[in-house]
Amino acid sequence: MNIVACIKRVPDSSARIKISADGKSIDPAGVEFVLNPYDEFAVEEALRLKEKAGTGEIAVIALGGPESAETLRNKVLAMGADRAVLLKESTAGRDPIATAQALAAEIKSRPADVVFFGIKAIDDDGAQVAALTATLLGWPCVAGVTKLEWNGRKVTAHRPVEGGTEIVDLELPAVFSAQKGLNDPRFPNIKGIMAAKKKPLEEKPALPGEPRLQLLSLENPPSRPAPRIVGQGKDAVPALVKLLREEARVI
Amino acid sequence: MPGPVVVFVESRDGAFKKSSLEALSEGRRIATALGVPLQAVVIGSGVAAKAADLVAYGPDLVKVADHERLAKYANAAWARIVARPGADASAVLMSATALGRDLGGHVAGMLSTSLAQDCTELRVDGGRVIARRPVYAGKAFASVAASAGPLVATLRPNVFREESAGPGRTAPVENMPIEAQDVDFRAVVREIVATATKKMDLTEANVIVSGGRGLKGPENWGLITDLAAAVGGAQGASRAVVDAGWRPHEEQVGQTGKTVSPSLYFACGISGAIQHLAGMSSSRVIVAVNKDPDAPIFKVANYGIVGDLFEVLPALTAEFRKLLG
Ligand SMILES: Cc1cc2nc3c(=O)[nH]c(=O)nc-3n(C[C@H](O)[C@H](O)[C@H](O)COP(=O)(O)OP(=O)(O)OC[C@H]3O[C@@H](n4cnc5c(N)ncnc54)[C@H](O)[C@@H]3O)c2cc1C
Ligand SMILES: Nc1ncnc2c1ncn2[C@@H]1O[C@H](COP(=O)(O)O)[C@@H](O)[C@H]1O
Repeated sequence: MNIVACIKRVPDSSARIKISADGKSIDPAGVEFVLNPYDEFAVEEALRLKEKAGTGEIAVIALGGPESAETLRNKVLAMGADRAVLLKESTAGRDPIATAQALAAEIKSRPADVVFFGIKAIDDDGAQVAALTATLLGWPCVAGVTKLEWNGRKVTAHRPVEGGTEIVDLELPAVFSAQKGLNDPRFPNIKGIMAAKKKPLEEKPALPGEPRLQLLSLENPPSRPAPRIVGQGKDAVPALVKLLREEARVI
Repeated sequence: MPGPVVVFVESRDGAFKKSSLEALSEGRRIATALGVPLQAVVIGSGVAAKAADLVAYGPDLVKVADHERLAKYANAAWARIVARPGADASAVLMSATALGRDLGGHVAGMLSTSLAQDCTELRVDGGRVIARRPVYAGKAFASVAASAGPLVATLRPNVFREESAGPGRTAPVENMPIEAQDVDFRAVVREIVATATKKMDLTEANVIVSGGRGLKGPENWGLITDLAAAVGGAQGASRAVVDAGWRPHEEQVGQTGKTVSPSLYFACGISGAIQHLAGMSSSRVIVAVNKDPDAPIFKVANYGIVGDLFEVLPALTAEFRKLLG
């Protein structure tokens, strides 16, 4: 089984986001960068699939700046992936379709039966690179899976939707994006971190892509109305309900 | 000549989704601002009969792909159908439901473009459609526009106004040829297993009552259930209580859970961590109940009560029962 996982390095979910003077990017000063949390589920599922299959290789692909090598080496290879490819980009913040084009080209250049993504990257919250890449590869795709059942090259995927879970049957090759509930990602241990130092990490320029969605500006969130403490304890309840009815008009 | 605005309208169990009607209403507003026609696209099996109901929302044309092969969602096949009129459109819109968020990516892929996912505002400026959407889990907002071709966008449910275009409207309803090929049916939904209890889904709820670690244990969750029942709302939870196993995954609100924007959101015994706010800060009115006056949730709450939830929630439930009961 040849398995690919695509991963992105993103600001930590608790990072304070400050917009740069250009109004189009964020100021990276003081921001800690981590493996996209959803990609942890993707990598973990790749590891479990390989363990189950008993043979095969896991290649991880990241498109990003030179810093992404650190995430690949110290986190993803240390978790247990076999090899890594860093597609280096010159421009910061690539358009999703341009990202998918570069990833699809790299995936096509190697043997692959299954590709795992995260359901979304927590920086752009785009939630689409898996679908775009699958379209470019011409492979079936299930997004946001919480369970995968393997039966040779046949797979049953579970994907939560409003009020239930969709059950989808498909065959490899296929693309999946992972979300919380799929598995509990492992932490790299000392042995994994040592082993990762010797694993191959290839760096090459990313295929240039053509952006289609133009970023006009990045802004602070709309401000919320000034918060108001209605009162203390249960005595404040009648006043709260009155406000919800008469001022906010939501009841 | 700019192309039409195309809106995909989703149906479930024979009824059109409210959030799709919101998207169609927004489509009407955008099409009017651009001075172009509005088209609605409906897909499924046995959906043709209902399609004429959409005319009240102001489309100039309703396109229907009705076929037994389309009874269950198949992302590539459905995307192929939407992409056909989408290719010449100014904008292709749909609601950011579980289905819409997936379909949007496939439609964008087929049109070799990127998707503006989960938008909270659309406007027309200089003949272009500009979308505003949260990024970094709502810690910033991006304004984006397509540099060429249509803007493909999903719209966050409960954010856009549903608005009938007025009575007495007419528009043709037209059958679409099904051009999807066999390869487009490789990932077909076999079945949808409904969640054990027939609960309202969070993303569609108008009122949500969420609880956090302040509840102390699953045995006290009845306080949340009772309040939710009294106000006719759905229940939500913080990640802390989901990870502790008190509540199921599908109730989690936040960055790794659901994004919700109800009219009214109660956060009870929830501190207001940034990852929780990511999922609910676009709610219209937020009420917080917390014993810690410095809890960050009070910074986003419209109204707060500082106090012990074990005393406040029963009083609140009683008050609502009296009022609405
Ligand atoms: C990558 C990542 C993703 C995450 N995703 C999510 C997510 O999707 N959703 C999410 O919710 N969290 C998420 N988190 C976790 C988040 O950081 C917080 O840990 C979590 O939201 C805390 O849950 P809580 O507010 O219930 O608990 P706590 O932070 O422990 O807060 C409990 C609150 O209850 C109050 N309280 C206690 N007793 C009472 C009482 N008797 N009466 C009234 N108030 C009382 C306390 O004052 C406190 O404010 C994520 C974290 C990470 C790192
Ligand atoms: N630059 C990138 N390099 C590698 N994988 C990526 C990149 N951007 C996005 N992905 C993958 O696509 C998923 C969804 O990203 P997005 O569509 O941007 O929210 C992520 O969880 C990753 O698995």
